[in-house]
Amino acid sequence: MKLAYYPGCTMKTDAKNFDESTYSSAEALGIELIEPTRWNCCGTVHALAKDNVMNYLAPIRNLIRVEQMNEEELVDDKRVVTQCAMCYNTLKRANLAAKADPDKMGKIRDIMEKEPNYQGSVSVVHMLELIKGLGWDEFKSKVVKPLDGLKVSPYYGCLLLRPREYGIDDPDHPTVMEDLIEALGAEVVDNPYKAKCCGAYHAVHMKEVAADLSHRILRQAQEAGAELIVTACPLCQFNLGDRQDEIKKHQREFEGIPVVYYTQLMALAFGKEGTGFEQNVPDPVRVLEEKGLL
Amino acid sequence: MGKNESEMVTIHVMGKKHEVPADLTIMKAMEYAGHQFRRGAGCRGGYCGACAAMYRVKGSYKLQGALACQKIVEDGMYIAQIPFSPAEKITYDLSELRPDANTFLEYYPEISRCLSCNTCTKACPQDIQVMDYVQASLRGDVEEAAKLSFDCISCGLCAVRCPAEIVPYNVGQLARRLNSRYVMGPTEHVLKRVEEVEAGEFDADIDELKASDKKTLQDRYENREVKL
Repeated sequence: MKLAYYPGCTMKTDAKNFDESTYSSAEALGIELIEPTRWNCCGTVHALAKDNVMNYLAPIRNLIRVEQMNEEELVDDKRVVTQCAMCYNTLKRANLAAKADPDKMGKIRDIMEKEPNYQGSVSVVHMLELIKGLGWDEFKSKVVKPLDGLKVSPYYGCLLLRPREYGIDDPDHPTVMEDLIEALGAEVVDNPYKAKCCGAYHAVHMKEVAADLSHRILRQAQEAGAELIVTACPLCQFNLGDRQDEIKKHQREFEGIPVVYYTQLMALAFGKEGTGFEQNVPDPVRVLEEKGLL
Repeated sequence: MGKNESEMVTIHVMGKKHEVPADLTIMKAMEYAGHQFRRGAGCRGGYCGACAAMYRVKGSYKLQGALACQKIVEDGMYIAQIPFSPAEKITYDLSELRPDANTFLEYYPEISRCLSCNTCTKACPQDIQVMDYVQASLRGDVEEAAKLSFDCISCGLCAVRCPAEIVPYNVGQLARRLNSRYVMGPTEHVLKRVEEVEAGEFDADIDELKASDKKTLQDRYENREVKL
């Protein structure tokens, strides 16, 4: 019997005796081992490598920029505020990992070369954390047009809350968005699916999966009486909002429900221009007009 | 011969060892060593981008880029000229484009593969923030991409080094074209001059030049008014 035999590098160096005896014993068994004419490392160098810092370069470089802003006294402290849940999670994750591992930090510095060394002094903060830190009384004092009578359901998605050590709130029982909705004068409508997956990037390759997952979230909110859903993530917003036409293809009974970013409701309640409602799909204006808020 | 001129260093051009004066540029050192440039030399003043070269210096694993007409040789330098970086020349009608991220992605979709590794920036002999303008293009910031890439002379070193196989200098050129057409728009003095040309204001002057002999043209050129 002739069989292909992949020896690997150690069999050809430190374990030549292993290799040699493999051939001789196989021969006794009537097995002829044949090496591929071209072979390379099995890949374990990469799989076992703990010093692959490639995916830290982009986030850490951004944190270096924040340190530079601080040095130039353009900002008051070394916090960087983010909104997009994906950015928040990526920056925070890289920051904590680099800070916790001096060896990793050293390698990142070596590869960066032309950049100033990252001192690890930045903290990554989500806007919702910042707001919570200001205190809800302070927040409420800015409301000039309370969202009276508007029934709003919060949707957190995944990356704001998980993994637990990077989350902005308790991943099982988050409350910050509920507190915010209440502080704006609206009525909170709970949704047991508020931290379930919206389908994320399945929206690209498996539209029906994203549509199904998003539909469950929207339906739960609607059945509980919500008139509007708020999100804090562009991808959630896309899956829950922009893709409602796709959902309707699969769920004929589904009636659309407007989905907006929480900051859009803040701008509205604070009496500010620049709510950006014209970009939302489906259009939230009708609901807000019915409530006398627009 | 001055004192400094006698100081010599050893360089390796395409692997061949040469002793050359220490104060020469890579380009002049190569000519000193007997190379004749047919390609890979242009303005010799750091403006045209034709003379890109890569080198390593003794004792360092770093692969570095430079313009051969600007970089002074170092002892133990290993040099290779990279006079051309292969890249597809994409044609588009500027008047039909929109100044946004999708335009960049349509013509140069590989920019979405950018790893943010910054290797392009490290390779740039013009000290341009190459990665930053690729990133600005990705988010549709035409003005920023145009501004950051303004000093680009398309030497091609960024494209040769990019692990994502992006051709940054083409992206920058598209950004500058979009910027001048859609963001800055035409300037008033240019529009005015075009009107003047079309109205025939310069026809007589041109006809006079066309009718002049070589001697007259030469005199007029040599005695022309130069405004700086």
